[in-house]
Amino acid sequence: MTEKIEVSNLIKVFGVHHQKGLSMLDQGMSKHEILRETGLTVGIDNISFSVHEGEVFVIMGLSGSGKSTILRCLNRLIEPSKGQVVVDGIDITKLNENDLRKFRQEKTAMVFQQFALLPHRTVLENTVYGLEVQKVAKKKREERAMQVLELVGLAGWEDKYPAQLSGGMKQRVGLARALANDADILLMDEAFSALDPLIREEMQDELLDLQHKMNKTIVFITHDLNEALKLGDRIAFLREGALVQIGTPEEITTNPADDYVAKFVKGVDRSKIMTAKDVMKKPNPLITLRDGPNVALRTMKEHGISSIFVTDKDRALKGILTADVAVDARYAGIQSLSEVELAKGPIVKENTSLIETLGIIAESRLPIAVVDNENKIIGIIVRGSILAALADLNSGNHLVEGGEADA
Amino acid sequence: MPKIPLSNVIDTIIDWLKYHFGDSLDTFSGSFGDFINGFHTFLAFIPWWLLILIFAVLAWRAGGWKLMIGTVLGLYFIYNLNLWPAFLITLVLVLISALVSIIIGLPLGIIAGRSDQFHRIITPILDIMQTMPSFVYLIPALLFFSIGKVPAVFATVIFAMPPVIRLADLGIRQVPVDLVEVGQAFGSTSWQLLQKIQLPVALPTIMAGINQTMMLSLSMVVIAAMIGSGGLGAGVLEAISQLKIGMGFEYGSAVVILAIILDRLSQGIGRSKKNKKNNN
Repeated sequence: MTEKIEVSNLIKVFGVHHQKGLSMLDQGMSKHEILRETGLTVGIDNISFSVHEGEVFVIMGLSGSGKSTILRCLNRLIEPSKGQVVVDGIDITKLNENDLRKFRQEKTAMVFQQFALLPHRTVLENTVYGLEVQKVAKKKREERAMQVLELVGLAGWEDKYPAQLSGGMKQRVGLARALANDADILLMDEAFSALDPLIREEMQDELLDLQHKMNKTIVFITHDLNEALKLGDRIAFLREGALVQIGTPEEITTNPADDYVAKFVKGVDRSKIMTAKDVMKKPNPLITLRDGPNVALRTMKEHGISSIFVTDKDRALKGILTADVAVDARYAGIQSLSEVELAKGPIVKENTSLIETLGIIAESRLPIAVVDNENKIIGIIVRGSILAALADLNSGNHLVEGGEADA
Repeated sequence: MPKIPLSNVIDTIIDWLKYHFGDSLDTFSGSFGDFINGFHTFLAFIPWWLLILIFAVLAWRAGGWKLMIGTVLGLYFIYNLNLWPAFLITLVLVLISALVSIIIGLPLGIIAGRSDQFHRIITPILDIMQTMPSFVYLIPALLFFSIGKVPAVFATVIFAMPPVIRLADLGIRQVPVDLVEVGQAFGSTSWQLLQKIQLPVALPTIMAGINQTMMLSLSMVVIAAMIGSGGLGAGVLEAISQLKIGMGFEYGSAVVILAIILDRLSQGIGRSKKNKKNNN
C-alpha cells in the first residue's frame, strides 16, 4: 500500500511568538505549562501518521482536540510551526506561494462543516469555483460541474441559489464543488456534523458509494464515534492535540489503547442507546383529572390497555388509574377523577440508564412514566419497548461489556 | 506657561504648502473646475423635463412605481419653485464629490479590510475626519483653492469619504472565515479571492457605505455654500442672513427632496442587486 500523505512530527503553536513555545516544547515542558507561562496555545503536539492511497482516514476527537488544525495543516490553510507534511513525495511545508496554490488546485479539495457556499452564486457557479480559478474554459468547466452534480443527485438544481436549498442539499453542493476539481485528496472538515441525523446517515452512505466508484484518498474529521466507525478504514484518536491511537474500527473498539479511548468507545454507545428517553414511546393516551371514570374506561378499551396515566391540565403527572379502580369509581357514581385515589406507578427521569429502568420494570406490573424536571410526562415505557431495545442492543456489533452503569 | 503657538504653526505649514505647491494646485484647481463646469453645462443643456424623466426611469428600476411617482412629484416641485438652476449646481457638486469620495475611499477601505496594519493606521485618521466639525474643512479648502466649486468639492470629499472607507473595511472583514478558506483551499490568487468572494459577499455593506457617503456629500455641499459653491446652499445662506423665512423654507425643502431621492436611489440599487440573488 503506498502512502499518500505522510505527516511527521507536526507541531502547531498558535501565537505571534510561537518560536518561544517551540523551544519550550523541546525542553520537555507540557502544553499546560507553556500556556500558563507564555499564553501560547499548543494546538497540535508532535503528531506523526500516514494516510494510505485510496483509504478513508478519520481523525476523531472532541472539540479543541486539534483535529481541524491538523486538517488545515495538510493544505496549509494553517501554517505548521514545525514538522513535515509530505504528499506524493513532496514536502508541502516547503512550497512557495505559487507552488502551494498549484498544489491546492490540483491535489486537494475541501468540504466544510457549515457548507461554505458562496451566497451570491448559483449551485452551478459554486460547483465550478475550483475550475474557474484554474481558468478552465467556461464550457468545459460547466460540463464537468454538471457531471458531478448529477453524481451527487442535484441534477436540475443548478440554477438555484444556496439560500433556496436544505442543509443536506447544500452539503451535496459542497461535495460536488470538491469533486469537480478531480483532486486525489478530499479533506472533509466535520462535513456532516451540521446535518440532522437521518440526512447525515444518508450522506454517509452516499459518500461510501462515491468512494467505491472514485477511490479518492479521504481525510475525514469528526467528533461522532459512530460516524468514524462507519466511514473510516482507519481512525486516529486525538486528545488535547496529541495522538492517542490509530487503528481500524475493529482494533479501536476491541482493543482501545488507553482509558480515554475505552471510555469514549463505551460512552458514545451508552449515551446513544441506554437511557429511558431512547426506549420510551409517546405518552398516548393520557387523560386529565377533569375526566370521569367513564371516559377513562372507554379510552382504555379503545387502546386495549388496562391502566392509564392521569395528568393535570399542564401535563404534570398525577398518578395511574387501573381498570378495576375505574370500574369501582363508576359504581360509586364519582364524576371526576380528582376524587379518586390514584395509584403511584414507577417514575423515571428521561436520562435514567436503561439498566436501572430494566430493574424497575421487572418489579412492577404497571408501565413506567418518564417525566422531565417539572414532573411533566414525556413518555411511557412498557415491557415490550425495553425488550425490543435490548434485542437491538445485542445485535449491535460494537457493544462493549456493559455491566457497571456510571452514566 | 506661555500659550503654545498652535495657530501660528498651522498657518506656517499652510503658507509653506501654498508657496511650494501653489502653482500645481492652481493648475489642478483650474482643470478640475473646468470638469465641474463642463458637467454642469451638460446637465443644464438637458431640458428639465427630460432630466426628470431620466430620474423617473432610475427610480422605477431602483424602487418600483411608488418611488418613481415620488421622484417625479418632488423634482417637479423644485422646478415649479424656480429652483432648477440652483438644484442643478447642487446635484453636480454632490455627484462629483460622492464619485471622488468613492473612487478614493473604496480602494482604501478594501486595503484596510485586508491588511491589519493599514487598518490600524487609517482608523484614527478616520476618527479625526469624522469628529472634526465640518466647517473646519472649509478653511484649508479656502486657502488652497480660494473660493468656488473646487474648494467645495475638496472639503466635501474629505467630509464624506469616511463612511465608504469604514464600511468597505467592515464588509470585507465580515466575510465569514470559511468562505475565505474556500477561496484559499481551492487555490485562488489574492485577486481572485477579492473579486470572486470578498467583494460580492461584502457588497451590501459596501453599498450602505456608498449611500452614507452620498448623504454626507449632500449635507456638506449645502454648507460649502459658505465658500461660494453656489446652488441650493447659497439660497439657504441668503435666507438666513436676511431672515427671509419663506425663501429659506423653499430652498430647504428642495434640499430635503434631493436628499430623499438620492438616498432611495442609492439604497434601491444596492437592494435590487441583493434581491436578485436571494429571492428568485
